[in-house]
Amino acid sequence: MISIENVDKWYGASQVLENISGRVEKGQVVVICGPSGSGKSTLIRTINALEPIQKGTIRVEGRDIHAPNRNVNKLRAGIGFVFQQFNLFPHLTVLENIMLSPLKVARMDRVQANQLARELLHKVGLHHKADAMPANLSGGQQQRVAIARALAQKPPLLLFDEPTSALDPEMVGEVLIVMKQLASEGMTMVVVTHEMGFAREVADRIWFMDAGRILEESSPEAFFTSPQHPRARKFLADILHPGMEPQPPADPPAAQAIRLKLQPQ
Amino acid sequence: MIHILQKYGMLFLVGPWPHGPLGGLGATLILAGLGLAGSLPIALLLGLARISPWRLLRWPASAWVYGLRGIPLIMIIFWAYYLLPVIIGDTVPPFPTALCAIIVYEAAFLAEIVRAGIQGLPPGQMEAARSAGLSYVQAMVHVVLPQALANMLPSMVNQFVSTIKATSIVYIIGVQEITYVAQQINTIEVADALQTYLILAIAYFLLCMALSSLAKTIERRLRLRQAGVSRPAGRPIRPQFGEAQ
Repeated sequence: MISIENVDKWYGASQVLENISGRVEKGQVVVICGPSGSGKSTLIRTINALEPIQKGTIRVEGRDIHAPNRNVNKLRAGIGFVFQQFNLFPHLTVLENIMLSPLKVARMDRVQANQLARELLHKVGLHHKADAMPANLSGGQQQRVAIARALAQKPPLLLFDEPTSALDPEMVGEVLIVMKQLASEGMTMVVVTHEMGFAREVADRIWFMDAGRILEESSPEAFFTSPQHPRARKFLADILHPGMEPQPPADPPAAQAIRLKLQPQ
Repeated sequence: MIHILQKYGMLFLVGPWPHGPLGGLGATLILAGLGLAGSLPIALLLGLARISPWRLLRWPASAWVYGLRGIPLIMIIFWAYYLLPVIIGDTVPPFPTALCAIIVYEAAFLAEIVRAGIQGLPPGQMEAARSAGLSYVQAMVHVVLPQALANMLPSMVNQFVSTIKATSIVYIIGVQEITYVAQQINTIEVADALQTYLILAIAYFLLCMALSSLAKTIERRLRLRQAGVSRPAGRPIRPQFGEAQ
């Protein structure tokens, strides 16, 4: 479905992606994780050409996304993209948000587009919000509408860029449930996320990135039980037990010495 | 002041019409109205050209904006007065001359408002539209401009008000709008200059005031729609909490 070969990307003089290669097969769910600034969002944004690349090729269903003179609109129509900040169109109702692409890109007629939008809203459990404005929805609801909007393109591939990172904790679940359902229906998905529970349960492959490179590419079992790369071990320790030092705690005499030092004379 | 209004009221309103061309407040309204209607579409294109990825569009548009913004309107009116006949090869009446000058000048200012309005939107809006497969033009038309224009409204109205007042300067090339009329009256009623010009000031003030309150109503409606507040039929919109009245 996706094949990425030797991709390099720079912002000016700083390299943000370095020799990235990878494959995503049809029906697979690939989770990209890694510390912030590791280039995972940049990578996923190159897959639908929101970001240009300087070297290498990215093919989606065999077609080179970054080839010059490529009809990028047509390619993007086949790739659903879900953003961290939802990016719903605030001047349109929920239904109009979902209908926009079917009407303007797929040239569907209004009745059909309306029916499709309502079906998709039902799928994400928000059929009662069809005529609401985005501003009146919670973050979790907005993200579910954004997923419905991406699905309205009837894409064979969905990209998620930290879909739950902007949500309050109690709303993360409702979005993950929708994503799990899509995965179980065989949708090909690439997901940048810090939700390790989701990764362990749903992902077929995990790509661990740091400093613009993919350092580890493995199955979730292998990644979570025996990560190979030291950076991956550090990352997992930080994210699964935040605030805990990976090293053993200081021995009592040393701790005592510190306490003595801190005491007023 | 009353006696001036009684004596020259009609002159203030319509100039020498129906015995001559329409002038006075009528001419001011038409000049301002056509000026705005003409400059807005040009400004939209200029603003879009200023942020376009193509240099061939960006550079001339920037030259238009920077060039005209740095020149007083009166210079452009003079140039139009002497240049238009040379280009066309025939005399051009004062009214169309003034109209051309105002459109060209105001478009430069409005273009910057358009540019700021578009660039002020979160980039995610354009990204989301393009990710949905919309072309650049479709994304502009259906996603970016509807929001940007709503955000631009206050600055636009500011510029519109300034345009209405700017029309007062065209009396200098003989357009018989309301300032021209006031000048004429002043040559007759020399002793009442203050009152004549007070009437003129009030006329401009009321015109701008009407435009501002119209814009305020539109702005509030747009905001309420986006907030998803549907107004019960027949009830006036109350000012929102915390809003200055």
